[in-house]
Amino acid sequence: MPITHYIILSLALFSIGIVGVLTRRNAIIIFMCIELMLNAVNLLLVAFSKMHNYAAIKAAADQKLPITEAILNTGSEGQIFVFFIMVVAAAEVTVGLAIIVMMYRNIHSVDVNFLNRLKH
Amino acid sequence: MHLLVIDWWLILEKSLLIFGIIGLSFFIAMYTTYAERKVAAWLQDRRGPNRAGPFGIFQPLADGGKLFFKEEIIPLASNKPLFILGPALAMITALLTSTVIPWATPFITKGGDVIAMQVADVDMGILLVFSIVSVGVYGIMIGGWASNNKFSLMAAIRGASQMVSYELPMGLALIAVLFMTGSLKMSEIVGNQIENGWHIIYQPLGFIIFFVCALAECNRTPFDLPEAENELNFGYHQEYSSMKLGFYLFAEYINMFISSAVMATLYFGGYDIPFVNEASWGLNSFWMTVISFSVLMAKISFFLFVFLWIRWTIPRFRYDQLMNLGWKKLIPLALLNMIITAAVILLLKK
Amino acid sequence: MTITITQILFWILSVAALFSALMVITSKNPVHSVLWLIATFFSISGHYILLSAQFLAVVNIIVYAGAIMVLFLFVIMLMNLNRETEPQKNRWIKMAGAIAGGCLLLVLVASLKNVESASTIEDVKGGDVGFIKRLGKELFSTYVVPFEISSILFLSAMVGAVVIGKKE
Repeated sequence: MPITHYIILSLALFSIGIVGVLTRRNAIIIFMCIELMLNAVNLLLVAFSKMHNYAAIKAAADQKLPITEAILNTGSEGQIFVFFIMVVAAAEVTVGLAIIVMMYRNIHSVDVNFLNRLKH
Repeated sequence: MHLLVIDWWLILEKSLLIFGIIGLSFFIAMYTTYAERKVAAWLQDRRGPNRAGPFGIFQPLADGGKLFFKEEIIPLASNKPLFILGPALAMITALLTSTVIPWATPFITKGGDVIAMQVADVDMGILLVFSIVSVGVYGIMIGGWASNNKFSLMAAIRGASQMVSYELPMGLALIAVLFMTGSLKMSEIVGNQIENGWHIIYQPLGFIIFFVCALAECNRTPFDLPEAENELNFGYHQEYSSMKLGFYLFAEYINMFISSAVMATLYFGGYDIPFVNEASWGLNSFWMTVISFSVLMAKISFFLFVFLWIRWTIPRFRYDQLMNLGWKKLIPLALLNMIITAAVILLLKK
Repeated sequence: MTITITQILFWILSVAALFSALMVITSKNPVHSVLWLIATFFSISGHYILLSAQFLAVVNIIVYAGAIMVLFLFVIMLMNLNRETEPQKNRWIKMAGAIAGGCLLLVLVASLKNVESASTIEDVKGGDVGFIKRLGKELFSTYVVPFEISSILFLSAMVGAVVIGKKE
């Protein structure tokens, strides 16, 4: 598949996430929309990683160069970055949900509009 | 112009295998219910079911027929789509796990084609089993929540936290096995055991941890708190009736069957026949496939018997005891096992 | 023009991902939102498999569908959030949000639609860069320090969650 397809798909997913953050008031749903946006980025990173890998192998084959380990490894940074995004997302969710649970205990609601106490 | 380029032969072969394995899972699950009652009767000095057919062997059919013809009740206040989705998910995740298990030695046709007795020998192998097991929580949680009954919900949350907790030591015990094979492919895990001896010899502690976790993942006694009918007011399937209840119960037996198969494959050599070198017999590949398949089935039957045996031997844990065992005993033990295995492998390599 | 299985699967998975993502933000019931988000993650995992990034496909299911979403479901079920308790914004804010998101999508697509499409990722079987062997070697040689630091991050997140969630 051409890379543009993947770009448009993940942009669409990202925008859906943004619309969700803008239109919903439930803190948990807003949090879930952030996860959706992270996943859209992950998808794009994986697609780019494969694109660079394929391009590097093709370029080496065109120039009749030997295909070394370094060439086969091209693009693996993208996937490792995705792996770290997942790790950080997991850590973020544990802390974030703990905060939401605390907020629910204090104001008995998950509505973000009631969370304006810092203003006063 | 080819509209679709598909290897139809491969699809036919794989779908035959998939349907065969699903049929086999259902058959074994049916007869595990029969075996459960017979083993219970034997351990309690009774006779067990003996009315339907000789020795009561048609009892599972009678049970199934009863479940099918029972009245189907969907509670009025329940969430209907999710109420139906719950048992379906439980069944799907139970059946999906069988995809990566190698069932027998490859069968070589007269034309020289090799037909692997495994639905997919993917690079991820055992990790795929893990991902499916981790998704298996949803069947319980959705079913319990959609019933709109607080006892179902509490049982569902108990069950889900139990499954999530016991996945961790299971994974840690597994890592020690992966250290030894250096591959996640199920076929290579079996191949390594055929060459170097079964993993149970090198990993007895790992196997015990894995087995305890498998008991907890299948919601079997002594960890069957999600469905403790006497003291905890039944389980997450309290509101279910007819074949939806049947699906939950059946999924549990299929899980038992598949986890026995996974244990046999990971620790007991898979389809390997112990103490003999079967390659020197010179049998043709059809008979080799049949023999190795029956060896694997024998190992699975043994594990199924142990599952049933434990049910009538060990009383149920209390919930705090269950969590203590999982988090404070099994996880440190599994970590220790992992570190020792890694150290020994490093020492031997030098 | 031949249609390959990969193309058919790409379109099916894309439609599934977009539809379930839309359902996440439009469902009234938070439990439904969670389940639709799980469906989105599964279709994204399907995309990873199409790109032959098997390791990430499986890790995506284990981490997101198997752990993170279970946590969300737990919290929502324990708070007993449902359709009735769901806070509603008024229609105009919803519309404004949708228009803003749509504009963002439009601008981003317009700016990126002319990227050089010469390098396609047609041949997904080409490299084995998504396989566990290659990624594992990279992760434990070049990226071993970030990997260890991420474990400390996990530990601190765990302690933090326990401290925040504790009743005084």
